[in-house]
Amino acid sequence: MTAVVQDRRPAPARTAAPPADVRPRVRRLGLRPPVPLAAGSGVALLLVVWAVGSATGLIDPRVLSAPWTVVTTGVDLAVDGRLVENLAVSLGRAAQGLVWGVLAGVLLALLSGLSRLGEALLDGPIQVKRAVPNLALLPLLILWFGIGEEMKVVTIALGVFIPVYIHTHNGLRSIDKRYVELAETLRLDRRRFVAHVVLPGALPGFLLGLRFAVTGSLLALVVVEQVNGTAGIGYMMELARTYGQTEVIVVGLVVYGVLGYTADRAVRLLQRRALSWRRTLED
Amino acid sequence: MATHARGLTGAAAGAPTAPAVVVRDLVRSYGTGAGVLDGLDLEIGRGEFVAILGRSGSGKSTLLRALAGLDHDVPGTGTVDVPRNVSVVFQDSRLLPWARVLDNVVLGHEAPPVQARAAGIAALAEVGLAGRERAWPNELSGGEQQRVSLARSLARSPELLLADEPFGALDALTRLRMHDLLRDLLRRHHPTVLMVTHDVDEAIVLADRVVVLDKGRIALERRTPQGVARPGTHTSTHATLRAELLDALGLDAGTGTTTGTTTDRKDTP
Ligand SMILES: Nc1ncnc2c1ncn2[C@@H]1O[C@H](COP(=O)(O)OP(=O)(O)OP(=O)(O)O)[C@@H](O)[C@H]1O
Ligand SMILES: [Mg+2]
Repeated sequence: MTAVVQDRRPAPARTAAPPADVRPRVRRLGLRPPVPLAAGSGVALLLVVWAVGSATGLIDPRVLSAPWTVVTTGVDLAVDGRLVENLAVSLGRAAQGLVWGVLAGVLLALLSGLSRLGEALLDGPIQVKRAVPNLALLPLLILWFGIGEEMKVVTIALGVFIPVYIHTHNGLRSIDKRYVELAETLRLDRRRFVAHVVLPGALPGFLLGLRFAVTGSLLALVVVEQVNGTAGIGYMMELARTYGQTEVIVVGLVVYGVLGYTADRAVRLLQRRALSWRRTLED
Repeated sequence: MATHARGLTGAAAGAPTAPAVVVRDLVRSYGTGAGVLDGLDLEIGRGEFVAILGRSGSGKSTLLRALAGLDHDVPGTGTVDVPRNVSVVFQDSRLLPWARVLDNVVLGHEAPPVQARAAGIAALAEVGLAGRERAWPNELSGGEQQRVSLARSLARSPELLLADEPFGALDALTRLRMHDLLRDLLRRHHPTVLMVTHDVDEAIVLADRVVVLDKGRIALERRTPQGVARPGTHTSTHATLRAELLDALGLDAGTGTTTGTTTDRKDTP
C-alpha cells in the first residue's frame, strides 16, 4: 500500500486518476480496526528492555537472570521433565479450583439474583467473604482441610468464585426490564426464562468475571503451592529459593506470566465469539 | 367482505357469542395520585378490532398492560377477563439481541420444537422475511424488526392481540405498508385486537371500533365504516368520524392534514 492510496483527499486531477474517495471529515471517536499482532507488542517491548538491560550489565544476574539464561534453564528443566511435571500439577490444581469456583459463582449469582430470599440470605455473607483476603483465610482452611490437595483446590475456588459471582450478579441485574416483560407475555416458564433471557443477558458480565477468575486462580496457585508443596510450579520456585537458583525462580515467574496471559487471551477470544451479536466500541 | 365477517357483526348473523374481552370497573393508580384508570368498562367482541386513542398520559398503556397482566405491582381494583392465549406487540420490536431472528420468533412457542420452528418459518414468510431466519436482530432495519415482532405474535395464533403503538417508531411510508400487512394477516388469523395508537387515521382505517380514553374512562366510542354491521346504514364517513375523534381529543379538526394526523404527544394540552 502506498501513501497515495490511503490518502482520502482528492488526488490532483490526472488522466488516469484513481477513483475519487471524497468524504466529509468527521472526527472518529470509536476505535480504529484492530492491527494484527499489535496486541503482543507491549509484552515484546518489555522483553526487549529486559534483554538490553541484561546484555549491557545494567541488570545484575543475581537480581534478575538474563532472558537467555532463563530460556536455557527452562529448556533444561523441560528436558529433564521437572518443568512439565510441575506444570501439569499446577494446571490441574488451577483448573479444578476454577471449575468449582465458577460453578459456585454462577449458581450463587443466579440464586441471589433471581430471588429476594436468595439475595437476603446469600449476598451479605458473600460480601463479607469478599472483604477477607484469601491469605488471611489460609490458616483456617489448613485447619479444616489439612495441608493436602483439598485445601489447595478449596482456596483457589474461594478466590475464583468472588469475581464470577459479582460480575454475573451485576450482569444479571442489569438485564433490561423490557426483556423480562417480554418473557412474561410469552409465558416462559422459569427454566426457559433463565435459559433464554437471564443467562445470555448476564453472559457479558459473566465473561468479565471469568477473566478475573482465570488470572485469580493462577495467583492463588502461588499462595497455596508454597504451603508444604511436593509438586507444582510454586514448589519448584520455593525449592529454588532455598538453593539460591535465581534463574529457576524466574522460569517459574515466566511460566506464571505466560499462563496468565494465554488464559486471558483465551477468555477474550471466547468473549468475542460468544458476544458476536453485540455492536460495541470493541468491534 | 372479509373484514365484515370479523367483529361483532358475527353476532348479528347467529347466536350472540361471549365477548373475548370484558373489563369491569377497572381502577389503576400509581402511588397516591388520582386514578390513571378510574372505573373503566370495556367489552370487545370475538374477532373485533378496537383502536384506543387518547392524549399522552391518558392511561392507554396502563390499560393495555392491565390486559396483558404486566402490571403486577400497580395498585388497583376491578375485573379483567381475557382469553388464555394473549400476545403483545410492543412499540419497540423487543427482540432479544442475543437470539437469531427465528429463535426470537419461536421463543416460548407451545408446540414441540420441530413444529414451532415450522410455524416460525411460515410466520416470517408471511411478513415478507423469508430467508432472514439466521440474521441477528441488530442486522435488520426498524421496520423489519417490527415485522419480526409481528411474526412472533402471529406464530402462536393468539386469540387476543394487544399492541401498544406498534408502528409508532416507523416512518409514514413503512407504516402504510405495515397497515396493509396487518390487515392481510388479520384476515387470515382472525384474532381479537386491541391497539393503542396516536394516529387518528390509522385507527379509522384499521379498526372496527375506535375508543377515546380520557380521565381514566372512555370518553367517546365510535364504529368505523368497516365496523358497521350492514354497509349503507352508517352515517359517519371517514371525514366526519375523523373530525369527531379529533374534537374528542381536544384538537381542531381543521389543523390536521389529510394523511397521518397524529395527536401530538408533547403539545397536546
Ligand atoms: N410506572 C409508573 N409510575 C408512576 N406513574 C406512572 C407509571 N406509568 C405511568 N404513569 C403515569 O400514569 C399516567 C398514564 O400513563 P400511560 O403510560 O398509561 O399513558 P399513555 O396514555 O400510554 O401515554 P402515551 O400516549 O404518552 O404513551 C401518566 O400520567 C404517567 O405519568
Ligand atoms: Mg403509552
